[in-house]
Amino acid sequence: MNAGTLLQIAQTLLAIALAPLLLGWTNQCRAWMQGRGAPPITQPYRTLRKLFHKDAVIAHTASPLFRFAPYMIFACMALAAGIVPMIANDLPFSPAADAIALVGVFALARVFQALAAMDIGTSFGSLGARREMLVSFLAEPALLMVFFTASLISQSTELPHIVETLAHKEFAIYPSLAFAAVAFWMISVAENARIPVDNPTTHLELTMIHEAMILEYSARHLALIEWAVALKLFTYSALGIALFLPWGIAPAGDYAALPLALLALFVKLAGGGAVLAFMETISAKMRLFRVPEFLGTAFLLAVLGMLIHFLLEV
Amino acid sequence: MEIYWVLGIPLVGGVFLALWGNRRNAPEINALFSLLTLIAAAWLTARVIDYGPMLIGDGWFFIDSFNVFLVALTAFVAFTTALFSRPYMRIEKEHGRLNDKRLRLYHSSYQIFIGAMLLALTTNNMGILWVSMEAATLTTVLLVSLYRTPASLEAAWKYFILCGVGIALALFGTILLYFAAEKILGSGGTALLWTHLNGVKTQLEPTVLQLAFVFLLVGYGTKVGLAPLHSWLPDAHAEGPTPVSAVLSGLLLNVALYAVMRCKVLVDGAMGTDLAGNLMMGFGLFSVVLAAFLIKRQSDVKRMFAYSSIEHMGLITFAFGMGGAVANFAGLLHMTMHSLTKSAIFFAVGHATQSAGTQMMDGIRGLIRTNPTIGWGLMLGTIAILGVPPFGVFASEFLIITTAMHEHPWATPFLLLALGVAFASIFGKVQPMVFGETELPKLPHQPALTPVFIHLGLVLMMGLFIPPYLADWYRQAAALLGG
Amino acid sequence: MSLTYHLQIVNLLAALLLLISFAMLSQRRIVGLVTLFAWQGAALATSTAIVAWSTGQHHLYYSAALTLVLKVIAMPWFFYRLIKKLDVDRDVETMINIPTTMLIGIALVIFAFNLALPISQMAGTVMRSTLGIAMATVLLAFLMMITRSKAIPQVIGFLAMENGLFFAATSATYGMPLVVEMGVALDVLVGVFVLSIFFFQIRETFDSLDLKHMEKLKER
Repeated sequence: MNAGTLLQIAQTLLAIALAPLLLGWTNQCRAWMQGRGAPPITQPYRTLRKLFHKDAVIAHTASPLFRFAPYMIFACMALAAGIVPMIANDLPFSPAADAIALVGVFALARVFQALAAMDIGTSFGSLGARREMLVSFLAEPALLMVFFTASLISQSTELPHIVETLAHKEFAIYPSLAFAAVAFWMISVAENARIPVDNPTTHLELTMIHEAMILEYSARHLALIEWAVALKLFTYSALGIALFLPWGIAPAGDYAALPLALLALFVKLAGGGAVLAFMETISAKMRLFRVPEFLGTAFLLAVLGMLIHFLLEV
Repeated sequence: MEIYWVLGIPLVGGVFLALWGNRRNAPEINALFSLLTLIAAAWLTARVIDYGPMLIGDGWFFIDSFNVFLVALTAFVAFTTALFSRPYMRIEKEHGRLNDKRLRLYHSSYQIFIGAMLLALTTNNMGILWVSMEAATLTTVLLVSLYRTPASLEAAWKYFILCGVGIALALFGTILLYFAAEKILGSGGTALLWTHLNGVKTQLEPTVLQLAFVFLLVGYGTKVGLAPLHSWLPDAHAEGPTPVSAVLSGLLLNVALYAVMRCKVLVDGAMGTDLAGNLMMGFGLFSVVLAAFLIKRQSDVKRMFAYSSIEHMGLITFAFGMGGAVANFAGLLHMTMHSLTKSAIFFAVGHATQSAGTQMMDGIRGLIRTNPTIGWGLMLGTIAILGVPPFGVFASEFLIITTAMHEHPWATPFLLLALGVAFASIFGKVQPMVFGETELPKLPHQPALTPVFIHLGLVLMMGLFIPPYLADWYRQAAALLGG
Repeated sequence: MSLTYHLQIVNLLAALLLLISFAMLSQRRIVGLVTLFAWQGAALATSTAIVAWSTGQHHLYYSAALTLVLKVIAMPWFFYRLIKKLDVDRDVETMINIPTTMLIGIALVIFAFNLALPISQMAGTVMRSTLGIAMATVLLAFLMMITRSKAIPQVIGFLAMENGLFFAATSATYGMPLVVEMGVALDVLVGVFVLSIFFFQIRETFDSLDLKHMEKLKER
């Protein structure tokens, strides 16, 4: 087992371990900004522990797919977390799975989520699945466009290459990346079911998307899904950092830079979480039929970024 | 020196009338300023005829036989229109359609409008040309909406937006022109001087100029009223006061076409192909045909003659597009004839609609009975604009069509068809207006139609006999435009 | 890609200009439109000033100042007052729905970039590549004028178009000669003045600034 593999395992485990912390931090920031009493930062861990200790209740009509789905979703997210460079750049997984495959992994998790939601046949489940599919069908092309813009600059769709190009070459302002960054932000908000697209804390049937899909889950299944949600947020944040703020990620083979990279990651994630909380505080949840427009704008921005790349940066 | 008088007098007139334009004798002051402008323009013309083309004021102004002829025409028609508007606007005021404040606006804008057109004609700087064209548009927007009726406001809005967009495209064309010129002439003010550009036109980058010309043609072409960008023109002509229709039709369209021609000379030099000419022929022919068929469907007399203006501007554009000594000569002659005739028609129509109280042709009948002067004025003007010999329009149309037969035979059937349709529909509509039955009493006041007969007399004279010095002048100007 | 930093900033501002054009297309409120117009002017003035500084073209400072005064301060202020006075700040209806407009907008941008490519290759200026953006801005403003049915948005579209033209002049040739630019600015100023009179006239006559009332004159 060489150093690269070790690093890979370490990074994936780190992501799995830290993901609920990021969620807790975001919730805490939001509570502060809204002037509420904040739950402790470790609240997500406690929730997870509580859920793992409960007995699972499963509907009679549920098929094995329903039980299997949470594991699948969690595994997908863990795999995704392994692909994105967070602290180090030489990840053995990365050549096997580039940015496009990453989108595929997210899509796989979503398919299982939606199938499981429809499996038991409640109206909420299929409603949530339908809405989720609407959002993702608009968000996915936009996400791909963002990746294409970034990869046009570095001439590669492999994330470590992109990071390498952006972080360790001479600094330059890329207007196209600025567009891509805004688009990416909007996509992340939609994909992670945050305000203004979805509200993770509400169970209002008119508006909920993600929550509607997981209403029937309980105990360890629910715990896995909640963990996967946290992990998804963490992975998206790491992805945004890798694409748009890559400074500090350790270059290949430079192990001395790892502690610094870890520190940089913490600072950036803390900042990202705070900004996310801030944006959630100042914006109101939009009506569902405005979501296509919101994501259309994201797509537009990503396409504009690409066009501008061809115009200004070639 | 004369040039400063030519440009200064309308400007002073505009300011003066803006301050004291609500006095009782403002119309006379307006006519006086126009007369002074005409005298200055005549003086300038005489100088240019004697000494040939000249550069004035460090190269800021450039006068050659092409533009001095338009300067003279503009000053002349502006003067006669001012004469016509004197009684016309008085009657409008008596009818309660206008008040003192609006008359002041009208008189002031009128002078500034004339000044802007003269500046556009005389400036040597393609940028200033653009600026003054825009200024001419802006001053007329409020003139078109002078009556403040819903229809006139709509017409003015359409006029502003369409011409605004058009003129913005022309600005882009001017930028491209400057871009091509800057590489050879260096940056700074001189790179937009037409004389400088003309000197180096063979070195200008053809691809850039090609694109520039498309923008300039579409941009200024909107103001010429070339189809398919013409839709502002009938509305603005129909809804504005009649003197404004007369100067818009008789002068502004010419000035816009002048701008296009200045650009065409440069583009021809740079490209060495017929592209510019072909484009102009295409737009021109399309305008002629479209306008001729739209004339048939009009029921408002001013709109009908506005469409006739589109038709004639199309014909002139077509002639200039063909290029060559004869076609250019014919185009210039037709420009003059059209200005004189069309403004005369609008004068007559103005009085006719005023006495009938409507612009709808069904409501105007038997002018020959109610007032023979108006009736004959309108009839003769119509006959003249339709190209019946011996009027001058016949001569120029004849020249254009024979040249077209010679050089572009494919176009002649279209031209003849369009002219035929226009003839039939206009004549068919004007005839009952003049000779039809009416119960209306005779007109109480005697209309001031001297300008109509002066114009028509000139047109008749030019049809029978073009004085040699005038022909020489046209020939020189035609040579400047090249082929 | 070896541009100096200030040129990179100019490029960024150019991209911003394009973004604002799109934002204007999607903006539903008139006040928001005016604010965006002011921002567009600000981006324009800043980029012009940076170009002036980096290339030593001093007359561009005047252009930048002119833009700042006219388009960032005077006109937006004027429009805010006009909107307040005429009380017309309601949602703007568009003729085509906004996502479709956006798609047309993207097509226009691609068209503009292609059109500008041969010209910008010929230009000798440092910021020649932004010519495509300038053209796109012009076309998008044009699109806005077509798709809006109210008077004020149409005029803002017209002014945005003028912004695009100004940017085109700066990026292709370091701006037009000063006297021309002054003339253009004067025309724009007079134009806005004339229009404001005109707005009141329209409002007086139609009781609204919605141009849908103005559909009587058709080509017959």
